[in-house]
Amino acid sequence: MASLYERLGGANAVNAAVDIFYRKVLADDRVNGFFDDVDMDRQIAKQKGFLTMAFGGPNSYTGKSMRDGHKHLVARGLNDAHVDAIIEILGSTLSELGVAAADIAEVAAIAESVRKDVLNR
Amino acid sequence: MAVRISIGDTSFLSQDGESLLDCLSRNGVSVPHSCRSGVCQSCLMQVTAGPAPEAAQIGLKPTLQQQKFVLACQCKSDQDISVAFPGAAGGDLPAVIAGKDRLNHNVLRLYLKPDGDFSCEPGQYLTLINRDGVARSYSVANDPARDGHIELHIRLLKDGLMSGFIEKAGIGEPVTIRGPAGSCFYVRGDGAYPIVLAGTGTGLAPLYGVARQALAHGHTGEIRLLHGALREADLYLVAELQDLALRHPNFHYIPCVLKGEAERFYRAGNIEEITMSILPGDKSRTHLFLCGAPEFVTALKRKAFLGGVASKHIFSDAFLPTKSAPVAA
Repeated sequence: MASLYERLGGANAVNAAVDIFYRKVLADDRVNGFFDDVDMDRQIAKQKGFLTMAFGGPNSYTGKSMRDGHKHLVARGLNDAHVDAIIEILGSTLSELGVAAADIAEVAAIAESVRKDVLNR
Repeated sequence: MAVRISIGDTSFLSQDGESLLDCLSRNGVSVPHSCRSGVCQSCLMQVTAGPAPEAAQIGLKPTLQQQKFVLACQCKSDQDISVAFPGAAGGDLPAVIAGKDRLNHNVLRLYLKPDGDFSCEPGQYLTLINRDGVARSYSVANDPARDGHIELHIRLLKDGLMSGFIEKAGIGEPVTIRGPAGSCFYVRGDGAYPIVLAGTGTGLAPLYGVARQALAHGHTGEIRLLHGALREADLYLVAELQDLALRHPNFHYIPCVLKGEAERFYRAGNIEEITMSILPGDKSRTHLFLCGAPEFVTALKRKAFLGGVASKHIFSDAFLPTKSAPVAA
């Protein structure tokens, strides 16, 4: 059976999802404060890395890199509610792209699995 | 079949089925990388000799594709190639000041004659170095390979080291140019999409270059160029741009003056708001070029993206390919 990443469409799915996902993030007052002062082109590249990981694709994320990469955001107040919002936005992005509910749940579970590292707990 | 990969002064033989990233890593050349699947773009490199494999360019902006940038992790060449890290490809070239004229009260147009072959896409930038070692970057407003000279727009700053030097320098003064770099330029190909160019101050230079290049290549989509100025006296090249609009029905020149008056040849108001108000209905196909003050570029980039312009179709002067690995979303 095809992997989740293959079912979603691999790198093409990431490229199709990234603009929709990042637009929703920037428009969402719950989380957009964390993205105010970052370069958009660099963010788009980072979001692609995140989506690849969440889609079950190849990635080199480690618990340590997740922790280090979010430490400064935790210091600025990043908490469970923000992670919830990102997972919700991820889900609405995928449903907009016509992804099946079961696959969306699998993506959400992968994103959920890094919550502790992201929040440095 | 083994092929030869050259980088700098060294070269390596790649093994069968090996990616550029693997070949360089195996030989002790450190290449920033992360996902190894052609997504994160951490391992961006440039092919400087030989063809760029198409599969190594999937997902890259068209301007990067045209400059033969590749993702090292996806790059499997069946021919010998030379590669370089982003920004390392252009060398130094001597040049002389060939002419200059005033464009308005604080902008000077400088013509340089390179001593040797220099080609770049109009809209890219180069670094100008004078005899004292002062270095500043300027955007190229013309097509140097076609014209035989380079056109730069220099803003004259009070106590500016480089602009002061240029103001005083005589014809024939030797300088050094380094580059080109940057991915704010026109990509040849299907020329039917709408183009919007918006810039403040001497941000007009690259946009003027991009617009003329698009027209020279028979671009058929609508091209709108907005030049933002604080006062009417800060606009420049007005007659040239109005003339360009007369000669090309699909080219529209929209000068914007923040402290302007109603019913003049320009539009009075903020260039950010005016740009958003004239974005074509077909936003997903529109290519947007932004140059000038960093705050202006950053703010309008975000507004236009939220308004529906695709991130891969937004080109700005400040953009340089990321070199850091994505460690977090």
